[in-house]
Amino acid sequence: MSGGGGPSLMDSLFQRTLDDLIKGIRLHLPGAAQSSFISKSLDEIRREIKSTDSQTKSTALQKLTYLHSLHGIDMSWAAFHAVELTSSPSFLHKKTGYLAASLSFRPSMDVLLLLTNQLRKDLSSTNQHEASLALECLSVICTPDFARDLTPDIFTLLSSGKNSIRKKAIACLLMVFSQYPDAVRVCFKRLVDNLESADNVQTLAATVGVFCELASKEPRSYIPLAPEFYRILVDSRNNWVLIKVLKIFAHLAKLEPRLAKKVVELICDHMKQSEAKSLVFECVRTIVSSFYEYEFAVKLAVVKIREFLLDSDLNLRYLGLQGLLLVAPNHLWAVLENKEVVIKSLSDVDRNIKLEALRLVMSMVSDDNVVEICRVLIGYALKSDPEFCNEILRSMLSTCYRNVYEIIIDFDWYVSLLAEMARIPHCQNGEEIEFQLIDIGMRVKAVRPELVRVGRGLLIDPALLGSPFIHRILSAAAWVSGEYVKFSRNPFEIMEALLQPRTNLLPPSIRSVYIHSTFKVLSFFLHSFLLPGKGVNSSLSNFVDIEPGFTYSESEQEFTEIDHATSSSGLNKRDTFTQEAVVNMLTLVITSLTPLAESHDVEIQERVRNVLGLAQLAQQEISCNHDQKEKMVDKVDLKTSIIIRLINDALSEDFGPVSFSAQERVPVPNGLVLEENLSKLDSLCADVQLSISESFSLVKPILLPTDGDSISNQQNEEESETSPAESMSLLAEHRKRHGLFYLPSDHNKNASSSFPPANDPNQRDNDVEDLVKLTEESLVLKRKPSSSRPRPVVVKLDEGERLPITVKKTDENDDLISGAVRDVLLGNEASLRSSNPSGRRKGESHSKDKVENSETGNLSKRRSKHRNHGKNVEDKEENSEKSKKKSGGRHKARRRADGGIDVAVQKQVIPDFLL
Amino acid sequence: MIRAVIVINDQGKPRLVKFYDYQPVEKQQEIIRNIYGVLCSRAENVSNFVQDSTFGPDTRLVYKTFATLYFIVIFDDSENELAILDLMQVFVETLDKCFGNVCELDIVFNFNKVHTILDEIILGGQVVEMSSSEVVKALDDITRLEKNPNSIVRVPKSISGWQGR
Repeated sequence: MSGGGGPSLMDSLFQRTLDDLIKGIRLHLPGAAQSSFISKSLDEIRREIKSTDSQTKSTALQKLTYLHSLHGIDMSWAAFHAVELTSSPSFLHKKTGYLAASLSFRPSMDVLLLLTNQLRKDLSSTNQHEASLALECLSVICTPDFARDLTPDIFTLLSSGKNSIRKKAIACLLMVFSQYPDAVRVCFKRLVDNLESADNVQTLAATVGVFCELASKEPRSYIPLAPEFYRILVDSRNNWVLIKVLKIFAHLAKLEPRLAKKVVELICDHMKQSEAKSLVFECVRTIVSSFYEYEFAVKLAVVKIREFLLDSDLNLRYLGLQGLLLVAPNHLWAVLENKEVVIKSLSDVDRNIKLEALRLVMSMVSDDNVVEICRVLIGYALKSDPEFCNEILRSMLSTCYRNVYEIIIDFDWYVSLLAEMARIPHCQNGEEIEFQLIDIGMRVKAVRPELVRVGRGLLIDPALLGSPFIHRILSAAAWVSGEYVKFSRNPFEIMEALLQPRTNLLPPSIRSVYIHSTFKVLSFFLHSFLLPGKGVNSSLSNFVDIEPGFTYSESEQEFTEIDHATSSSGLNKRDTFTQEAVVNMLTLVITSLTPLAESHDVEIQERVRNVLGLAQLAQQEISCNHDQKEKMVDKVDLKTSIIIRLINDALSEDFGPVSFSAQERVPVPNGLVLEENLSKLDSLCADVQLSISESFSLVKPILLPTDGDSISNQQNEEESETSPAESMSLLAEHRKRHGLFYLPSDHNKNASSSFPPANDPNQRDNDVEDLVKLTEESLVLKRKPSSSRPRPVVVKLDEGERLPITVKKTDENDDLISGAVRDVLLGNEASLRSSNPSGRRKGESHSKDKVENSETGNLSKRRSKHRNHGKNVEDKEENSEKSKKKSGGRHKARRRADGGIDVAVQKQVIPDFLL
Repeated sequence: MIRAVIVINDQGKPRLVKFYDYQPVEKQQEIIRNIYGVLCSRAENVSNFVQDSTFGPDTRLVYKTFATLYFIVIFDDSENELAILDLMQVFVETLDKCFGNVCELDIVFNFNKVHTILDEIILGGQVVEMSSSEVVKALDDITRLEKNPNSIVRVPKSISGWQGR
């Protein structure tokens, strides 16, 4: 026994049992002590498992399986020993072997091949527990090879006299089918026969369970079995069985609406009568998700949902909310009816319930009530724990953003809501708020004055700079204030806010956005001073003149407010840009930024130098002008003025939203070989892309301040050493050159698009109409075909991506299975015979052939029965004219492209649909 | 179908791990860690359902605490949440019957037996038995078989007790 690396007699005699091992592990503290104990035990096991004594081997394998299953120890090296033990005459050892196999074997293991014969032997064992072991093992480690080789044995067990074996064989079938779809041809009839096994509930439950799984993957093939399921729905009193049958009908009803009429009342009966909550809930779920066209059924279901909602059991309340969520898309009234419960659930102790309630609240949001609901939710957010608070904010943000702000009509309100969110202490959605602030700025022109006002509010509050979560939002505020500074009533104040000392709390990336904004403000300020009545300023006066109604009234309020704040109430707009003010601003800029010119962060350093360059130049010229007031007239000719004009031209073009597909339009440079294999990425990332395209239906802006600005500035900074003027013209050129990749504006062909307004210089004056148009069009979008979108390419692309997903859902195997099912159900005997495994394996025993012969006989018997059944119902069909009329159309829809046979097939099947 | 049945204690130590579709053992451990992370952060007396994306978007997780143990079942939308809760009750009842007021130590020291019980209730992710007395009966047979290593015992077919639940 000893010798070599094998175990000694001592090993066998004093072998630790599994209990000893477990005790040992428990004695050692987790950590180093325990793992060294485990590795010591592993060494023992390695020796013991080689023993010729099957008791020793079995104990070793037991211990190893334990360590594998609960401590994650690799045991692939012992696979052969497990196979060896499965053939032991001792039941205990056999069981140990099978347990090890089913817990540890990988589908790719070579050693699996060795198991086939043992599995076959045990499947046909007279001892039902041995067969159970084999079935259990097979159900976990089944491979296509196993499934192919063992199908006949499982087939035999499907009509076993022992119920305990039959139900397990049925449960095991699912795995066999999925690995080897041809097994369906052999086993399907017997599986169907088991639907009639009224003698044993568990067998029936297992059978229905298998059909439920099969139908969830590809329901179409199981429609002919509807009468059988219907009978079970009527007869069975077992909740488990009924639940599964309901699930099957939920799948079938989607394909065969006539079924619904037959079952819906039956389901309602169950719903009314059953005591079991599980069954009631399943009825509710079936009704609201598949039979929602039947008003009376939905009403009943909603009553039940309400009972769930008011129950003291949290599980039922949770499910009640889920039920409501399922009703919501088709019957929003049900949610509105239970509004109070839902809102109350927002403050439930259970996070799950809160989340479901939140989802429901979000499902109620429409353009009428979004203001009200958001107010309520903000209130809840303030009261909630940080995690849920952020959950609320996140769903508000995503709901409002849906379909590019479809439900938002009053953008001024929405922008101030965003600012309000920013001020919520736990807010961690800075990134999304930042995105939306900028996105709205680019898309919705009319809201820009309000946006600047809101941005100012955030910028001037020094307290906000202390909270890292808000930094991203501040970055958006700074960008907005710089980009749309022309709407500001007091640029000086904005400049002060951008340069306040506490900005040193910001991370460099955001600080550089601040500094770039000072650049924009400064150039605007200088422009207004040096070149009054031109460019920006004129557009400002346009703005003031043309919109006396809507926007102006608000901005005037703001105007006076700021005036009070700066205690210069007598001034009007023009007077802001006095020489003194300009000098002050230049001094402010230079004193605040000079220290930063030596910053370690290159981004900051570069931008600071840009600003300083401009400011110092202007300071020189303007302050020397200051002494000789008569020369003021010439300020148009100053060097600064020329530069400012250039800069202003560069900055004056608006950014617009950019299509996702913009990058695709960039021509591939010569010499760049695009890796073709990348196309595989598509399938890998398909779901990722889908989620993106669903939630952001249109576009994302190119100009997030962090990366967008750095792009435009890189260009800028490369040249900054020579002169700012040159750099600005380069920037202007860059924008011109790449303007192609911004969303098309009016001169483009898609003039009817909804969002170019933000980007459209020609329509600068129709802001109000733009907004109206935008909201109108985005509402219309729901009904209009996608071609009305600004970028049909984008939309098409998104839909194209959706296709492969739906196709992917039924994978190849499911198709094979359902194909086989159809063949079997429709009595395609030829294919049944040809695919019979016995045809392939000629050396099979006599008895097996017999079994199969009798089976085919059985088949044809059943088929003729079906036909008779069919005739009877055909008579019935004559009577019910209505349903017949319907059937014509439906059938055409269901007919497969591959024609002839299928048509005949359908005819044969029709009667069955009608029950 | 049922994707996994897991029992862990309140320290996060696994006591029973059974996956019905193949998962490498490292992945199993990772899943268990994630689940424990979620469960131990949940307050007492809250609902027993957790939305779980471990196996894909449609899977759910039901758990129940018994003394120091979490019983966890992961399943997809072919199962009913409340029925799974019933199933867990059956499982625990069966354990109770087999060990007499089951506690964590029973499960720790009866690794094989607990697996046998589970295999009688669930096979291949499908529920095959909902009656704890049937499971106990089968278990008794199996135990008898295990104790008589050399004699093949013909187990009489059990006929009685097929009442619906």
